[in-house]
Amino acid sequence: MSDTVTTPKSFQEIILRLQNYWAAKGCAVLQPYDMEVGAGTFHPATTLRSLGTQPWAAAYVQPSRRPTDGRYGENPNRLQHYYQYQVLIKPSPPDLQDLYLGSLRAIGIDMDLHDIRFVEDDWESPTLGAWGLGWEVWCDGMEVSQFTYFQQVGGHDCHPVSGELTYGLERLAMYILGVDHVMDMPFNDPQTPIALTYGDIFKQTEEEYARWNFDTANTEVLLDHFVEAENECKAILAAEHDDPKTGKRIIMAHPAYDQCIKASHIFNLLDARGVISVTERQAYIGRVRALAKQCADAFVQTRAGGWQPEDAA
Amino acid sequence: MPDLLIELFSEEIPARMQKRAGEDLQKLVTNGLVEAGLTYASAAAFTTPRRLTLTVEGLLTESPSTREERKGPKADAPEKAIEGFLRGAGLTRDQVEERETPKGNVLFAVIEKPGRPAAEIIAEVLSQTVRTFPWPKSMRWGSGSLKWVRPLHSILCILTDEAGTEVVPGEVDGIAFTDTTEGHRFMAPGRFSVTSFEDYEKKLKRAHVVLNAADRSEAIWHDATNAAFASGLEVVEDKGLLAEVAGLVEWPVVLMGKIGDDFLDLPPEVLQTSMKEHQKFFSVRNPKTGRIERFITVANRETADNGATILAGNEKVLSARLADAKFFWENDLRVAKSDMSVWTQALENVTFHNKLGSQADRINRIAALAKELAPIVGADEAQAEEAARLAKADLSSEMVYEFPELQGLMGRYYITASGRNTAMAAAAEEHYSPLGPSDDVPTAPVSVAVALADKLDTLTGFWAIDEKPTGSKDPFALRRAALGIIRLVLDNNLSADLLGLCRKHMQTFEGFEQEKPFDLLGFTHDRLKVLLRDQEIRHDIVDAILAMKKGNNDLKFVVDRARALSETLATDDGENLIQGFKRANNILTQAEDADGVEYSYGADIKFAEEAEEKALFEALDAAEAKIAPAMEAQDFASAMQAMATLRGPIDAFFEAVQINADNQTVRRNRLNLLSRIRTLCLSVADLTKIEG
Repeated sequence: MSDTVTTPKSFQEIILRLQNYWAAKGCAVLQPYDMEVGAGTFHPATTLRSLGTQPWAAAYVQPSRRPTDGRYGENPNRLQHYYQYQVLIKPSPPDLQDLYLGSLRAIGIDMDLHDIRFVEDDWESPTLGAWGLGWEVWCDGMEVSQFTYFQQVGGHDCHPVSGELTYGLERLAMYILGVDHVMDMPFNDPQTPIALTYGDIFKQTEEEYARWNFDTANTEVLLDHFVEAENECKAILAAEHDDPKTGKRIIMAHPAYDQCIKASHIFNLLDARGVISVTERQAYIGRVRALAKQCADAFVQTRAGGWQPEDAA
Repeated sequence: MPDLLIELFSEEIPARMQKRAGEDLQKLVTNGLVEAGLTYASAAAFTTPRRLTLTVEGLLTESPSTREERKGPKADAPEKAIEGFLRGAGLTRDQVEERETPKGNVLFAVIEKPGRPAAEIIAEVLSQTVRTFPWPKSMRWGSGSLKWVRPLHSILCILTDEAGTEVVPGEVDGIAFTDTTEGHRFMAPGRFSVTSFEDYEKKLKRAHVVLNAADRSEAIWHDATNAAFASGLEVVEDKGLLAEVAGLVEWPVVLMGKIGDDFLDLPPEVLQTSMKEHQKFFSVRNPKTGRIERFITVANRETADNGATILAGNEKVLSARLADAKFFWENDLRVAKSDMSVWTQALENVTFHNKLGSQADRINRIAALAKELAPIVGADEAQAEEAARLAKADLSSEMVYEFPELQGLMGRYYITASGRNTAMAAAAEEHYSPLGPSDDVPTAPVSVAVALADKLDTLTGFWAIDEKPTGSKDPFALRRAALGIIRLVLDNNLSADLLGLCRKHMQTFEGFEQEKPFDLLGFTHDRLKVLLRDQEIRHDIVDAILAMKKGNNDLKFVVDRARALSETLATDDGENLIQGFKRANNILTQAEDADGVEYSYGADIKFAEEAEEKALFEALDAAEAKIAPAMEAQDFASAMQAMATLRGPIDAFFEAVQINADNQTVRRNRLNLLSRIRTLCLSVADLTKIEG
């Protein structure tokens, strides 16, 4: 059977199609997390919700920042700010590969003409204390997604296992739209009166952030921020489980995790500024991982993390 | 005699694990069947990216029934002994027999196991195999607890005989055994049932799956070489890549694509590495020019446009990759042509090891050492030093950052581009060698100096900070470094004071202690023994040489002597001489112990009574006259030959002469004579170490 899906016209149409596709497949379509993160995995909808026994199905776009990848908007496909599309389903359904392939069809990839391959690629996040097994998915030799079965997050074994899909949106869209430089990619419909390219929206910000990331970010302030976030995270988690004001059991796993995210991003900035030596690097990663683990420990003590009031007895 | 067919169908299995998994499946299942009494005629395993398949032909229909008789304790043995016996046999007291024997009434257990149908045994063995399969890395999925390399979807397990086909009843973690499988993911979706291995293989082929990995490899290679040949080109052979690619596809379709003209001037190794590592492409070479001009990619399907879309996509991805490589290459060449010291300076910020300083510190040490080694290896001092300074500069280059496996090779290109001579350029590429026992050993003097300096610096540094290899742990590859030194020295016929060099260099590190260079020398000797064992020189022979202490610091000297001794001992005279030496040594040691003195001097021919005794005096005089100067001239073969001539006189002496004469003067004289044998032999090698 030949698919009769039309080719999308713009970057945003690809995103909208993914949103519609995964909504139709029963995912809660969430909004991006309102903090600076390095990848869609850091969204608590993935990191924390992959823990515990509660079923979960979510999809969302996540703006992601990797300060070291900044190229002042000149490199055809390297950006310090880019978008990932993220899907997390727990427990991983038996037809997840087929669901995924359906999403490629939905964004205009004709399976009868292209060569799709699942090539071994094990995923590990030292900062999140997480790992999983899966593949990078190739379309005609190009990596278009990461496909991972989470085995461990924050030092906790995943039971049940979540299936995670991550689409690098710019690269995927450039391929589908036949664009060679990311800045030339139509962001909205090119036939529209006010047609905007990716470059119209992001060329200037890429320059501004590249300069700030590499040369002007105040490293002393950042170093202080790192320590503050680390301390705040620990302090939040050290609080009593029972809130003295409401008398309710309120473990503040999410506020604590926000601080962990913050520490992680500050580390990335410091790394881009080149003030972290090779040996220190490992130590910083270890400190973020320790926070992530403590947040995971806290989350599994909450209802969303599978805790039941009976567990207290 | 039924045939068994098993297929474990899963999501995509990593290519590198498939071959081993097929072998493991065959071994585990067939061993399990045989253990349960179910023998078979033949078996074979097959793998594709989505399946492990095993066919077993000529199985027994059921396992033979067995009867085992076990003798137990006496009927009146203590309760505990009887209980133990019953437990072991799995029987109760009234199920065992009491039999009269000459030693009284003894308990006997008769354990009868009826034969079991093949299907029952297969179900058990297969279930056990799946649950305990030795994947290098396995995972859980969904809500289940079963582990497999990737989610396991179905298990086909059928028995076929003349009467027909039956599905073996069984399941693993909710996956029931069936007689169905799937074809190609895209070209033939949907399940179908099969009745036998022949039927399975045929239907798979119709469903666009080539079951046998060897067939896929062969098809890929055949089509690839044909496509290249048609354009007057040749495929660069790469067996590892071929096996990997055959593990990525069920229905291989070979496509040859173009490399953009902009990229054809990149070094062929860069093109090849980029295409292989990132895209798993084969390189296609023009045999006339040696240039890489095309690539071969292997798709997993046929398409209506004969692969045009797939090829266009691959060419586009490759262009993006090569644009990066070209960018790195051009940037790097600019640096190389203007001033490579930018790169070495950058290495000041790269930690080599937190106790051993930066890469720049390390390079300074290696450069100083290479200069020192230059006269020993016959290289120009200034050239060796500069070559060492530049040999690792490429670690700062963008290309090596992207492709670490090109280190050294890029150094050669960049040093050549900087206008320096080929000896220095070659040193950059060769100084990492030899990497393994079969790797070529550099012979150009400058390369040898830098290679030796590099390895000596690594060894002495890690020795100084107490990071020696322990057991199987050798994270800094120090065994390989030691073996590298040995091979560099021996293959280039170098004579050098290894101990002195190590000591002097190790003193540049914090953590130096007097005994550490000796310990490092001992470690090197151990590596040497391993190497010589592979060359059929026994370890006890090497020990006999090493026990001499003197000259141990010079590996060439050690090996020359070991080889000469080994050759001498291989002769009849040599072997018998050892016996004579040992006899002399034993008698002497016993007498010395008993008398509390050391017989070491003063044997005089005037107290010799027997003719054989006098002959031995003369033989020793003659041998001594030859051995000392031969040893001095390092002519070990002559020294050993002279030693071997003592065999006859020593044998004759022991035959005719009683050492323990009544006359104490005569006895002492004879012991002192034995001592001369000992001293003379030990001046060549410590023969007490020789075994047998």
